[in-house]
Amino acid sequence: MMLPPSASPGLASALNKRGVALLAVLALVLVALPWFASSYVLSLAIVILYFAYTGQAWNVMMGFCGQLSLGHSLYVGVGGYAAAALFVHFGIGPWLGVWAAMGACMAFGAVIGALAFRFGIGGVYFALLTIAFAEFTRIGFDHWEWLGASGGFFLPVAQREFNDPFNLRGSGRMFYYLLLALDVLAFAFCTWLLRTRIGYYWQAIREDPEAAQALGVNTFRYKMLAVLISSAMTSLAGVFFAFYYNNLFPEQIFNMGRSIEIILGPIIGGLGTLFGPILGAAMLTVLADGITEALRMVGLEIPGVKQVFYGLCLLAVVIYLPQGIWPALAKRLGIGPRDGHRQ
Amino acid sequence: MTFDLVANVVIAGFLTGLVYGLMALGLSVIFGVVRVVNFAHGEMMTIAMFAAVALFSAWGIDPFVALVPIAVAFFVLGYLLQASLINPFITRPEHSQFMLLVAVAIIIVNALLMAFGPNARNVQVDYQLESIELGPLLIDVARLYAALTAVVTAAGLFAFFRFSLLGKAIRACADNHLGAQVVGLDVKRLYALTFGLGSVCVAVAGCMMVLLVDVNPLLGPYYTLLAFVIVIVGGMGSMGGALLGGVLIGMSEAVAGLFITPSAKSMVSFALLVVVLIFRPQGLLGRSPR
Repeated sequence: MMLPPSASPGLASALNKRGVALLAVLALVLVALPWFASSYVLSLAIVILYFAYTGQAWNVMMGFCGQLSLGHSLYVGVGGYAAAALFVHFGIGPWLGVWAAMGACMAFGAVIGALAFRFGIGGVYFALLTIAFAEFTRIGFDHWEWLGASGGFFLPVAQREFNDPFNLRGSGRMFYYLLLALDVLAFAFCTWLLRTRIGYYWQAIREDPEAAQALGVNTFRYKMLAVLISSAMTSLAGVFFAFYYNNLFPEQIFNMGRSIEIILGPIIGGLGTLFGPILGAAMLTVLADGITEALRMVGLEIPGVKQVFYGLCLLAVVIYLPQGIWPALAKRLGIGPRDGHRQ
Repeated sequence: MTFDLVANVVIAGFLTGLVYGLMALGLSVIFGVVRVVNFAHGEMMTIAMFAAVALFSAWGIDPFVALVPIAVAFFVLGYLLQASLINPFITRPEHSQFMLLVAVAIIIVNALLMAFGPNARNVQVDYQLESIELGPLLIDVARLYAALTAVVTAAGLFAFFRFSLLGKAIRACADNHLGAQVVGLDVKRLYALTFGLGSVCVAVAGCMMVLLVDVNPLLGPYYTLLAFVIVIVGGMGSMGGALLGGVLIGMSEAVAGLFITPSAKSMVSFALLVVVLIFRPQGLLGRSPR
């Protein structure tokens, strides 16, 4: 799999001065947003931040290390169910439950990674293995009575009058800031990862696994590391999902469509870039919502119309912007890297 | 639970599995030659199923007759899809091809939703109620005919690839892309032809499938997954493997539905997939990549 070089890690080389200034303005807007935005805009922003985060987590595996996972809904589901089960059945709060969620997801990731990488399953086959595991787990949860089976698992609905951050019960504003913090941390973590030895090994494996192996990179260990880090990061999104929406249905959360939603952002935004997942999530969410609004104004409210437009837009981006939107946009805005690299 | 019941369920699973096998054969042929994984495969099959339902409910055309015009239409559709959309993507990375076909799949599912609504549709012909008695065994006539049609179609495709000049040219493309270009084959046209032939398999399988199950637009992704499982179990790019995988999955689903619960039946297929991927990643009849 050949991807153009994107070796310029780190924020300093990813953006020039103008870019950093724009980023500062964006940060200010994001911090101030809940104080002037309507609840509708806020819920939209939460969706964007959510997909920016899951996209960033998925990007670690595919964008950095070149391992295509089409089953990331597995980690969202397992993470969400783990934390929710501890909360509902044992009264253990999400700040402790999140560690259990991470552990459970990393265990799943370890099994998938170990099976695939030990037995040399790569490319399309690896992608199908990840789908198979997600589907397998979905059917399992569909029959697990302790967790509500296919009827769904519910958290006690939050009191929206006051915030209880220790149990993640509270207003949309609280969830917004929580997610924003999560996004910033994930961004910083990924920026740092790309600058470490691990990041360089990953990119070597992505560009040419055999050459990396020949140069002495332990490809098994570093691919496993990518899966473990990505699954642990994704589990946090699952915990957030459970406590924000207060309900979990295996049919929905483990759905293959959810996995595809996770990966659309980074691919549309720009695979392997740090800003791509964020930009992609924002564009897709605004696009989907804009289509809904536009169709409502025209009075075309047949089920399916929205997704057809969505699919057509996707088709256009894939055909005309194969590297994603971010590299093209960064160039256009003049905020691209100084050394002419991608990102 | 009597032996007769199990035997009947296994036979029904075997016959359904042959139809599954024909569907998967389309995916396998396309992957084997074009090297593109058709992520819109099951969605294409639901188009064929709805076409058969529409022809039946509008003019009462039997699915066994309808399969001829539907197969012709699908050949043209598949040819055009490959020639216009997919050919420019054959040198792109896998994830890019995947995104392209996912977009096509999203459009198909929702266009069907717009056209036919979310409700399940079916066809009702009188021979669906008939069955043949063979001692203790009862065989559904519709299922038997569907399986026979699937076998005949698959045999036709085997013969085409084995004996016709065009089939040989396509196999040459699959064996060695560069070599085929060097000897002057029009690779892009042959790719489009292959995609057209793969689509014909889907069309025939879809027409047969409406005799066995109800169809709704959301079935598409399920059939895509099913086709993948079958092709990996049987061996990507192996024609016999697709049929063998189809039969195995059809029977294991039927038996699992009997012994566990129907809603958990695909768990067995996925377990089978994982086992095959670990112990024989090239599939039961696939050639080793190394």
